[in-house]
Amino acid sequence: MAMLSFERKYRIRGGTLVGGDLFDFWVGPFYVGFFGVTTLFFSVLGTALIIYGAALGPTWNIWQINIAPPDLKYGLALAPLQEGGLWQIITFCAVGAFTSWALREVEICRKLGIGYHVPFAFAMAIFAYVTLVVIRPLLMGAWGHGFPYGILSHLDWVSNTGYQYLHFHYNPAHMLAVTFFFTTTLALSLHGSLILSSTNPGKGEVVKTPEHEDTFFRDTIGYSIGTLGIHRLGLFLALSAGFWSAVCIVISGPFWTRGWPEWWGWWLNLPVWR
Amino acid sequence: MKIFFTVLGAAVAFFLTVAMIGLTDWDRPPLVTTQNGFRGTAMAQVHTREGAAETKDANLAPAPADPAEPGDDLAGTTYENVQVLKNVSVNEFNRLMVSMTEWVSPEQGCTYCHNTENMADDSLYQKKVARRMLQMTQHLNSTWKDKHTGGAGVTCYTCHRGQPVPANVWFTDPGPNRPGGFVPRNNGQNLAKASVGLASLPYDTLTEYLADKNIDNNAIRVNATTALPTSKGKPIQDAEKTYGLMIHMSEGLGVNCTFCHNTRAISNWSQSTPQRTTAWHGIRMVRDLNGNYLEPLLSTFPPNRLGALGDVPKVNCTTCHNGVNKPLNGAHVVDAYPELATSTETASATPPAAEPAVPATPPAPMPAPQ
Repeated sequence: MAMLSFERKYRIRGGTLVGGDLFDFWVGPFYVGFFGVTTLFFSVLGTALIIYGAALGPTWNIWQINIAPPDLKYGLALAPLQEGGLWQIITFCAVGAFTSWALREVEICRKLGIGYHVPFAFAMAIFAYVTLVVIRPLLMGAWGHGFPYGILSHLDWVSNTGYQYLHFHYNPAHMLAVTFFFTTTLALSLHGSLILSSTNPGKGEVVKTPEHEDTFFRDTIGYSIGTLGIHRLGLFLALSAGFWSAVCIVISGPFWTRGWPEWWGWWLNLPVWR
Repeated sequence: MKIFFTVLGAAVAFFLTVAMIGLTDWDRPPLVTTQNGFRGTAMAQVHTREGAAETKDANLAPAPADPAEPGDDLAGTTYENVQVLKNVSVNEFNRLMVSMTEWVSPEQGCTYCHNTENMADDSLYQKKVARRMLQMTQHLNSTWKDKHTGGAGVTCYTCHRGQPVPANVWFTDPGPNRPGGFVPRNNGQNLAKASVGLASLPYDTLTEYLADKNIDNNAIRVNATTALPTSKGKPIQDAEKTYGLMIHMSEGLGVNCTFCHNTRAISNWSQSTPQRTTAWHGIRMVRDLNGNYLEPLLSTFPPNRLGALGDVPKVNCTTCHNGVNKPLNGAHVVDAYPELATSTETASATPPAAEPAVPATPPAPMPAPQ
């Protein structure tokens, strides 16, 4: 594989978390490391099991393939392979693969001497996933509360889980999560359009500097967060979206079993006008 | 000034956060969950173990009275002015009267309905209402047996629970009463009423959907039955009314939407649970009871028993169910009172109630909404 001119300076020894020098090498442009090996192991095994599960199932229609968690009657025990056991092993592989990848990112950060922003951000996504398929099922007492692996089936799960609490849009943490998701896309679209327009000037004009960029937003909305600030804001918004998503689902069931509209009774019960 | 508003905003946000976390009656594990769909569909009922035990204890059926001594004397010939239970033996009749007192007016006793000088006297309105309620109970246990009440049946206790007026009767909600000034138009919604589980949905949806026995059978259905629109369809306000009714049913039965529906296709019968059929008949049953048994009592009830708009107290799902999907935890309460299991209405002085407008066909596919 061709090596780019700047690649050589990324190849820095050391910084590994486990395994010392054993896996501290590259395959083509790819850093391997101990966690690269475990990522590969878990992802290949998990993917193979998904394909095996699909082969056992009634369809090869990519939309309808469904690998469902066990019945609730199995509780937190292991289920027979074809009755949710596959889902349990695949979940284990997925958590293993995601976590391995995040730790591999950590090793790369250590090699490059940069902050842990990337693995931290990815860890938030892993946290949301683990909340869905591990933490919440543990709290509710059955693996069967996890979501099924399938393109349409997981959407059906989302719909029914929402209606378990009668009207999920009244879930306060869901409100926060949705707001953060929308704000993330708003911030990204404002920032992306700004950068694209300043770096693609009209014919005969020069590329604009951050001074221009700041001035544009100061003129239009009265404030510019700045070139560094927008990236901090973007990270905060995106992580908050993932964090509150995890919160909104973990409180649904374990800490609130009734309809979410009822939760707002606290407002009616404020001592001011109760 | 800027600092003042920042501090004020932060203080308000802080106290509201404390209030919303502190004033909320949070649940906590352990939970009891029951599955009612294929695994992984998230069709499941979720309750706390503590809450489920409390609900169960709160809905215990009372032990039936000891069986009556056999006897040939009929109540209709022995006593005067017996209209509903004529063909019941005197012993059976008295046993039921004692049970009714336990079920309905344990503190007030026989005198709640009867003039003890003359038990046959109809001067108390309670007695006339009780007579109609007896007919209603018989009607429920016979006409609606196959469609809704099943073998469990109902007695007075199912709704009354030892109170002369059941805890969960309802009246038409007149909405906010703001005398003078401008009257805001709220479209009958946005009031955080318990009738719709504190949602912003229309709060008086019961009057429209449960009080009118002659309502169009498809009034509740708002989903289209075709992929592309063939007509104007129903407005979103109708969907909200239906949603409000569904929340009432969920709250009344202590279940969530997935007890009856697979919400990927809420209107689709083939993907729904069998309970949805029972509920479908239940809606029609409630209309039948309200229209044929309670509305006609309008002139019998004294004004203090009527609602703000002068309407009779009516029943809804909660009246019998009281927060459990099978009233009184599914106990077969009518078994010990066979006289309540069959309708004797034709033998009574009151004209028989009209048959409920239930189609003979199963509630499978319904025609497209207009």
